[in-house]
Amino acid sequence: MATVIIPTPLRKFTNNTARLNVQAKTVSDMIQILITQFPDLRKHLLDASGSVPSFINIFVNDDDIRNLQREQTVVMEGATVSIVPAIAGGRPL
Amino acid sequence: MNHENVQFSKEELARYNRHIIIKEFGLDSQKKLKAARVLVIGSGGLGSPVLLYLAAAGVGTIGIVDFDVVDDSNLQRQVLFGVNEVGKSKAEAAKQRLQSLNPYITIHVHKVQFTSKNAMDLIKDYDVVADGTDNFPTRYLVNDACVLSGKTNVYASIFQFEGQVSVFNYKNSNGEFGPNYRDLYATPPPPGLVPSCAEGGVLGVLPGIIGSLQALEVIKVITGVGEILSGRFFIFDALNFESRTFNLKRNPANPLNGTNPTIKELIDYELFCGLKTVERPVKEISVKELHDWQVRGEDFQFIDVREQHEYDIVNLGAELIPLGEVAQHADKIDRDKKVIIHCKTGNRSAKAIRELEDKFGFKNLYNLRAGIFGYIDEVNPSLRKY
Repeated sequence: MATVIIPTPLRKFTNNTARLNVQAKTVSDMIQILITQFPDLRKHLLDASGSVPSFINIFVNDDDIRNLQREQTVVMEGATVSIVPAIAGGRPL
Repeated sequence: MNHENVQFSKEELARYNRHIIIKEFGLDSQKKLKAARVLVIGSGGLGSPVLLYLAAAGVGTIGIVDFDVVDDSNLQRQVLFGVNEVGKSKAEAAKQRLQSLNPYITIHVHKVQFTSKNAMDLIKDYDVVADGTDNFPTRYLVNDACVLSGKTNVYASIFQFEGQVSVFNYKNSNGEFGPNYRDLYATPPPPGLVPSCAEGGVLGVLPGIIGSLQALEVIKVITGVGEILSGRFFIFDALNFESRTFNLKRNPANPLNGTNPTIKELIDYELFCGLKTVERPVKEISVKELHDWQVRGEDFQFIDVREQHEYDIVNLGAELIPLGEVAQHADKIDRDKKVIIHCKTGNRSAKAIRELEDKFGFKNLYNLRAGIFGYIDEVNPSLRKY
């Protein structure tokens, strides 16, 4: 079991759930489990080619999956997976 | 910045006494602060604490870039300003406040928008940049300008209850530069995917916390005291009171300073962030026309696509269907008579109309230009803005 931390901007797609326990072997499995449970998360977690978009970072424990095995990064038992989107602040776009 | 010959008056020594007596800091660090030149871009939520603490700490030269004026809605978090400054230039008001806090420092005011045209020129006279801006195009611009001119960019960003801090492009003692914003986020999110603070809000104390951390890192970068947050990325969730610090690495594919750089000068950042794509125009109605229709008793359906909490603050009696739910409630929208859709300023309602036209083929939808705010300005100023 790993703990996934959902950031504030994405919590509106997870019924305000901030953290979830997920049984997943890899980051890719974890994303599939998340978007099955919360389909609205898909456009934030996967781009058209099925990769994590570059404005979203996923960290397994303290490390960016782009510096590990990307979506194939193994999620160890007890790991904390953080989803951290780019945020810019105030101006309305 | 040569700090060896920096001198202090008796008054300054008294003022900075609590710094000077810290063993790890001392007079030498205080001299470095006085010799330093820091450019703070944005004097809003983050810029306020950054500027207050840098001025109080004795940073000798501070530049402020801000073209905006103080608005009532800023005072909930922009602690540099009070009611007397509403309507005045932020950069000028900030200078006045900081100069009264510390008359021994020099403040330069740059009352301009930070753009690709003036960025390199503005930062060239400073040693360190603090990015307190509020939008993606300017964040990439600040980052690229810093990398292209070899300056350290102390970064902080906030949204609702969440804050981020890092030190980008920091040159270590071996002369190697640390990661920058493009190593963290290679591209910005497409417009509209992530709400801004103006739509999603921000807890007023959050920029106070995160901006103070930003000021801390500026001081560490200048003095070399402690371990600088370079190659690391800090996030804080005020709601759960949790913080984490992640490791960051340089990305060989970084177009600025990776193995095969392709960006050699500043680019068009609005274009880069996808803000220049022309959206299909929708049919519109002005607030005056709406008012005429209301007075005449014209038969139309009136829909508000804002969120419930906004509706509770002020509404025009329209049916509430938040933007995210319009598609699933399309059956509630009349196909025969005219339908006027509004939001706060007209952006979300235009999106709702495009979605309804694209998915369901509606042809009778009208966007209320300038939204409920326009209505308040031009028709009924007694209603509450938020």
